[in-house]
Amino acid sequence: MSAIPAGVEGFLHRFDGLRQRLPGARLPWLRALREAAAEAFRIQGFPTRRAEAWKYTDLRLVAEAGFEEPLSAIDDDPALPAPRGPYRAVFQDGRFREDLSTLEEAPFAAASLAAALPALEARLGALARPAEAALVALNTALFEDGLVVTVPAGVAGGVLELLSFASAGERPAAFHPRHLIRLEAGASLTLIETATGPAKARYLHNPVYEIELAEGATLTHARLQQEGLAAFQLGTAYARVASGATYDNFTLNAGGKLVRNEIHVVLEGPKAACHMNGAQLLRDGQHADTTTVLDHAAPDCASRQTYKTVLSGRSRGVFQGKIHVHQVAQRTDGYQMNQALLLSPEAEIDSKPQLEIYADDVKCSHGATVGEIDADQLFYLRARGIPEAKARAMLVEAFLTEAVEGVQDPVARDALQAAVAGWWEKAA
Amino acid sequence: MLKIEGLTAEVEGKPILQGIDLELPAGEIHAIMGPNGSGKSTLSYVLSGREGYEITGGSVTFDGIDLLALEPEERAAAGLFLAFQYPVELPGVGNALFLRTALNALRRHRGEAELDAMQFLKLARERMKALSMPEDMLKRGVNVGFSGGEKKRNEVLQMALLRPRLAILDETDSGLDIDALKIVADGVNALRAPDFSALVITHYQRLLDYIVPDRVHVLMGGRIVQSGGPELAKQLEASGYASVKAA
Repeated sequence: MSAIPAGVEGFLHRFDGLRQRLPGARLPWLRALREAAAEAFRIQGFPTRRAEAWKYTDLRLVAEAGFEEPLSAIDDDPALPAPRGPYRAVFQDGRFREDLSTLEEAPFAAASLAAALPALEARLGALARPAEAALVALNTALFEDGLVVTVPAGVAGGVLELLSFASAGERPAAFHPRHLIRLEAGASLTLIETATGPAKARYLHNPVYEIELAEGATLTHARLQQEGLAAFQLGTAYARVASGATYDNFTLNAGGKLVRNEIHVVLEGPKAACHMNGAQLLRDGQHADTTTVLDHAAPDCASRQTYKTVLSGRSRGVFQGKIHVHQVAQRTDGYQMNQALLLSPEAEIDSKPQLEIYADDVKCSHGATVGEIDADQLFYLRARGIPEAKARAMLVEAFLTEAVEGVQDPVARDALQAAVAGWWEKAA
Repeated sequence: MLKIEGLTAEVEGKPILQGIDLELPAGEIHAIMGPNGSGKSTLSYVLSGREGYEITGGSVTFDGIDLLALEPEERAAAGLFLAFQYPVELPGVGNALFLRTALNALRRHRGEAELDAMQFLKLARERMKALSMPEDMLKRGVNVGFSGGEKKRNEVLQMALLRPRLAILDETDSGLDIDALKIVADGVNALRAPDFSALVITHYQRLLDYIVPDRVHVLMGGRIVQSGGPELAKQLEASGYASVKAA
């Protein structure tokens, strides 16, 4: 047997112990999928910085942490925030809390993945393939639960909240929820996701999303990542966008010690659209990585990406954005901008835009800037009597505003605005 | 109210102000005129506390307190206001939020109750009407996409809201057409009061037709080389700064 990469053994060992107890263990197709995923993870191991896609983010801390899967009784109830809409799905340590969720009257079908598994053979793993990504392999082998949403054709689903809580366990826990979201033709949904956890708890939250948008569907997907500051969140989302459909993603990275937000979008029908916006707000000791992979695989599609990173203390931010315009994708309209504001000389940002264009009639632009607080702007505010700390906070917020303003859905935009507002004052 | 004595300052090791003496009593408006490069803008920035200016000598007191020891926001709280020659654009900062934050910072300092959004809006609309400013300027980013004239009017609006005791107008007339100039001048004249003073810094005499100063000082080579009544401005307009040099 060949050498097993670092950090893999512990997870595989637990997979061996848990394989009979994991949800869907009696489903042959799922058993085969999980076995293959565990094998894929054994072969790949955690990505290392030798891999181009992981050049700036080192997962050794995760590999060495020695997590245990929860699969234990949950005895504490999380403190739930005020609802943003009538429907919410609550997850604790990656498992559905039916007692805290309100989904019954929703105009769409939403349920626990663990309960729905027998009907999911065609959907689970349709987009997220273990052989292509180690974290997807890990998620596939060990997921215990997740959210399955289907919005029927033509239905306006309204706002659905997805709340994820981590418990303060004694040992570091890992959970790998799998979320499947499907909007049928002309349907719409605003999914607002909040992930939180205790300030000092060391845990790994490794969610994988598979998102399918049929013709003319619109999904607003706002992710507020506010994990505890000792936590790891490694999220991977796959979205397939059909003709005339729109995927509008905004990811706020504010929590966590080490975070990766990886999004793969394929615009596969004419006039599909995609907005990927985000803000990373980093304090001393935090590392956040946003990696986007966008495929323009059909003509007449539009994509907009605006990412803003604010870094203080000894923090590190990463943005990697790849746009692949296929030969068939004529009249593509693509835009990508990523900007960083450094508030400390010890902070670091790495930025890598990548455009691969194989069609000849396209409009594609990208840009990246790194800067500090503008001395003239700061003086102007102070000269009007605004104290320096407040003036700096206003300029940080102004820097982030452009990304948040791009979010079309007002409920999602308000939620993001509130999370961004005053961040710097709290952090300082 | 304002007393400048022997003020010298340099920028990047280069002396710009070379011994300025000036006394501005309460209730008076003084004009400082001078050619380009005479130190007019440096004086306004030194008084308002911008970084990058090394004070090498002299003193500035404002109502007896050492102005140069204060941070820019403390100077504003004490009642100083600089109307910028080039107002700064603040994309992403709404003009209304900016104005209200500034006003409330000063009100807090004065021990007055802060204004809520509605109270502020009412006050701002009144002041804007007086300055013929379109209301949508409140919704826009501070100075973003404003024309030159709009930026200057926005400075005067800030002045009208913050009600300083000492205003420094740094070439507020530059880039203004005659109508905008009158509006700006009306805004300044409306603040005239026994406890309001202003330093009007300008290259041209034109603005002084509308804001009639009590005294005119000529700044050349970093010094006040001549002082006189309002007639001095007209004289300069007719014969130019070269005549002063010759004198």
